[in-house]
Amino acid sequence: MTTETLVPVDEALTRFDPVMGLEIHIELNTATKMFCGCPTEFGAEPNTQVCPVCLALPGALPVVNAKAIESAIRIGLALNCEIAEWCRFARKNYFYPDMPKNFQTSQYDEPIAFDGHVDVEVDGETYRIDIERAHMEEDTGKSLHVGGSTGRIHGADFSLVDYNRAGIPLIEIVTRTIEVPGDKAAAVARAYVSYVRDLIGGLGVSDVRMDQGSLRADVNLSLKPKGSTTLGTRSETKNVNSFRSVERAVRYEISRHAGILDEGGSVLQETRHFHEDTGTTSSGREKSDADDYRYFPEPDLAPVSPSREWVEELRATLPEPPAVRRARLQADWGFSDLEMRDTIGAGALQLVADTIEAGATPQAARKWWLGEMARRANEQGADLDSLGITPLQVAEIQKLIDAGRINDKLARSVFDGVIAGEGTPEEVIVGRQLEVVSDDGALGEAVDRAIAGDPDAAQKIRDGKQAAAGALIGAVMKEMRGQADAGRVRELILEKLT
Amino acid sequence: MTDLTKLSAADLAGKLARKEVSSVEATQAQLDRIAAVDGDVHAFLHVDAEGALATAADIDARRAAGEGLHGLAGVPIAVKDIVATKGMPTTCGSKILDGWIPPYDATITQRIKAAGLPILGKTNMDEFAMGSSTEHSAYGPTRNPWDRDRIPGGSGGGSAAAVAAFEAALAIGTDTGGSIRQPGALTGTVGVKPTYGGVSRYGLVALASSLDQAGPVTRTVLDAALLHELMGGHDPMDSTSIDAPAPLVVSAARRADVKGLKIGIVKELGGEGFQAGVSARFHEAVELLTSAGAEVVEVSLPSLEYALAAYYLVMPSEASSNLARFDAMRYGVRVPPAGADDPSAEQVMASSRDAGFGDEVKRRIIVGTYALSSGYYDAYYGSAQKVRTLLARDFASAFEQVDVLVSPTSPTTAWQLGAKLDDPLSMYLQDVATIPANLAGIPGLSLPVGLAEEDGLPVGLQFLAPQQADDRLYNAGAALEKLLEDQWGGPMLAQAPDLEVAR
Repeated sequence: MTTETLVPVDEALTRFDPVMGLEIHIELNTATKMFCGCPTEFGAEPNTQVCPVCLALPGALPVVNAKAIESAIRIGLALNCEIAEWCRFARKNYFYPDMPKNFQTSQYDEPIAFDGHVDVEVDGETYRIDIERAHMEEDTGKSLHVGGSTGRIHGADFSLVDYNRAGIPLIEIVTRTIEVPGDKAAAVARAYVSYVRDLIGGLGVSDVRMDQGSLRADVNLSLKPKGSTTLGTRSETKNVNSFRSVERAVRYEISRHAGILDEGGSVLQETRHFHEDTGTTSSGREKSDADDYRYFPEPDLAPVSPSREWVEELRATLPEPPAVRRARLQADWGFSDLEMRDTIGAGALQLVADTIEAGATPQAARKWWLGEMARRANEQGADLDSLGITPLQVAEIQKLIDAGRINDKLARSVFDGVIAGEGTPEEVIVGRQLEVVSDDGALGEAVDRAIAGDPDAAQKIRDGKQAAAGALIGAVMKEMRGQADAGRVRELILEKLT
Repeated sequence: MTDLTKLSAADLAGKLARKEVSSVEATQAQLDRIAAVDGDVHAFLHVDAEGALATAADIDARRAAGEGLHGLAGVPIAVKDIVATKGMPTTCGSKILDGWIPPYDATITQRIKAAGLPILGKTNMDEFAMGSSTEHSAYGPTRNPWDRDRIPGGSGGGSAAAVAAFEAALAIGTDTGGSIRQPGALTGTVGVKPTYGGVSRYGLVALASSLDQAGPVTRTVLDAALLHELMGGHDPMDSTSIDAPAPLVVSAARRADVKGLKIGIVKELGGEGFQAGVSARFHEAVELLTSAGAEVVEVSLPSLEYALAAYYLVMPSEASSNLARFDAMRYGVRVPPAGADDPSAEQVMASSRDAGFGDEVKRRIIVGTYALSSGYYDAYYGSAQKVRTLLARDFASAFEQVDVLVSPTSPTTAWQLGAKLDDPLSMYLQDVATIPANLAGIPGLSLPVGLAEEDGLPVGLQFLAPQQADDRLYNAGAALEKLLEDQWGGPMLAQAPDLEVAR
């Protein structure tokens, strides 16, 4: 790999303006695939969800999944798009070992939804992102390269292909050029992806899990010398799979492009891979003008012409717009403006909402997701929703705290256990023996030992200095590994010494 | 006893229904006939004697048990090797699918099986249906039963020859630019291309998706109608299948009355380039129709002059994309590249295709890839699509004046094997009369109207009708067939040389 000259982002932005384009692929959660009746369950045994159609056996023909069309229309409406009165699928012809037909059935110049926009907020400022189009296509299969150390094709002994994913319906949402103040570009990119995730999640048409690939973002970026009107050459960083990575990918590409341009070089138009571990990108396939997909209308599929009545019916079923919903939730939860902004900024809005829905108080839900969980996510460089703990589990743990079964400190250990896959919160408490002890017998003995071990403190309490109880409580807690009911311990100490 | 192989499917079905003969006997008679003559004709790529006899025995048993059966139950059939048949090889006449056995049935295969027709085997064809002579089969050419030094037409030469050589009374073909009708004309059989979308394409290995249509190849118009009705009708597995009541083709074939029918002779399909004997037989047939009460006028289809050019852009364009799936990844042959120790997937694909595809297939993939490529799309594929629109308009206005159109099916009779093999363009011209129907999606029927004087070979006449008016073809075709047979004193195929003696 060649060494890149990287220019710090702040410095780069003194000379260049970033220009971005974002493409988001969303796997729909339809029960069956885009063009056949195969199931779409995630994580099934390889090649168990395949048929002649999605394997592209000779003679097999596609038929459009009506539910996928409905989902596409709902997504288009949520993105404030126009819905085409008549559109077609097209064939995008190229070879890829895990693409069975060697063309992807997609939409080209006739997308089902086009000309929309969304407004995203960063630091209290609103930025409008224009949507060029949202079109339907099918996913490819997955290649697994076996034998190499990197999991990449180079150095592998052989490759296996799993076609379970081939033919799963995708919606690709393409923005128009995004030009925002350079120091905001990365945050706006992140906020946009996060916004779209919430929006689509709210429609219930996709699992929108970045960690499972049901929402994938491609980041196109180019730099324009300040004052210039001509666009630079862009790079396309593919399949960035967390919000945080979207932000980092933008920043890294700004640095890298600036380095190349400063040295008088020219940026290659290519696709790039993002590396979560280092926050860097590396060259993928060079993408030049020679790429020719030979698009033409898919002759095996009838055109799609959703009736206006149907579109209006679907519009009527849309959930409330995000801005309205946020205002409502803020009022319901009693959050301050700052609390609400932090919650949204952390990508935790839906998680907090789901946790409250599952029975936690708004403040408790916010406390865990923006405190404990945000800290863990930061440490792991992951997004909140890929930590391995669900809003339902967080709410359950809070209920156990409220019931006095555990305390806040023990809860952290319960989180560890749940995330480590040790079972439900209840099972973790039993497995790790985390339950709070409030039984007077056991606590009394521990208190006696603490008094015996710290006669000075005991004497101070006898002298009426109740503040000295803290040292004895600490000793009891330490002996009981944090599992003592602190309030009861205090009472016992005072009973025994006053 | 009657030679069972000489009966029409309708006559055989009658005998089966009356239990005068069993399906096992009829099937065995066909298998014997295949064993006797197919070494010379080479209509079949694969014969499934065991499977056919098992189906026949099953049907006989069900009939004996008094079960209600389909009218054609027990009548053996031959199927073009482009139709997916579960458990039976399907090669499309190509090396790249050598030995491939589909794990699923085409919709029409399912319908044939459900109706209880024993499948005798798979018939030869030009590789991936590309050709007009069946010389482009990777497994060797089929020979015309009328003269075994001649081609039987293509791409469905195997199905047509099987029917003409009395190896089967019923066969299935597919017609992308005339591959049912042209071999029908060249072998003296009846061939029908139904309305596009009238018969399911699910399980037909695609040549050009917007043009392909499966249909019957038979010895009589009524037989074709019976098979058409069995195969046709809506199929939810094919998005382009017509979801409307199918035309009543069998009753139309039985009606066979042209009194008052308005018939249009297509001005552009006749005269120059048409063999004298073909034109003579064609005009005599038209006169017969007039004598039976039909009204004949000449109509013009001005866009027809661009049809051939448009076809030879659309067809290879779609084919180039449809054939992309043959990449040696999941099925078919895999040929490792010579001299590469650690070949890439692309290298394996390239060497497999090089070995697996024949010249005509490669030629069309290259043409199609070029026609779709960026910068040329508008000039080629885009223009060709515009021609289709214009042609459809021409047909629509012609059908405002007349009920059906007629022309010779093929400009010439069957030519010598090898005669046009090195001249693809000359071969392409043979489809000039059949291609317009595929571009416009309308139905066409070819039936034999006699032998050309100069070479004694069969001549076909083609009827065309508006979309979904397939019944008009059967009505007019059956009427003309009856008039001709009255003249000949029996079916024209009775005049064909006796292959068993000729051996």
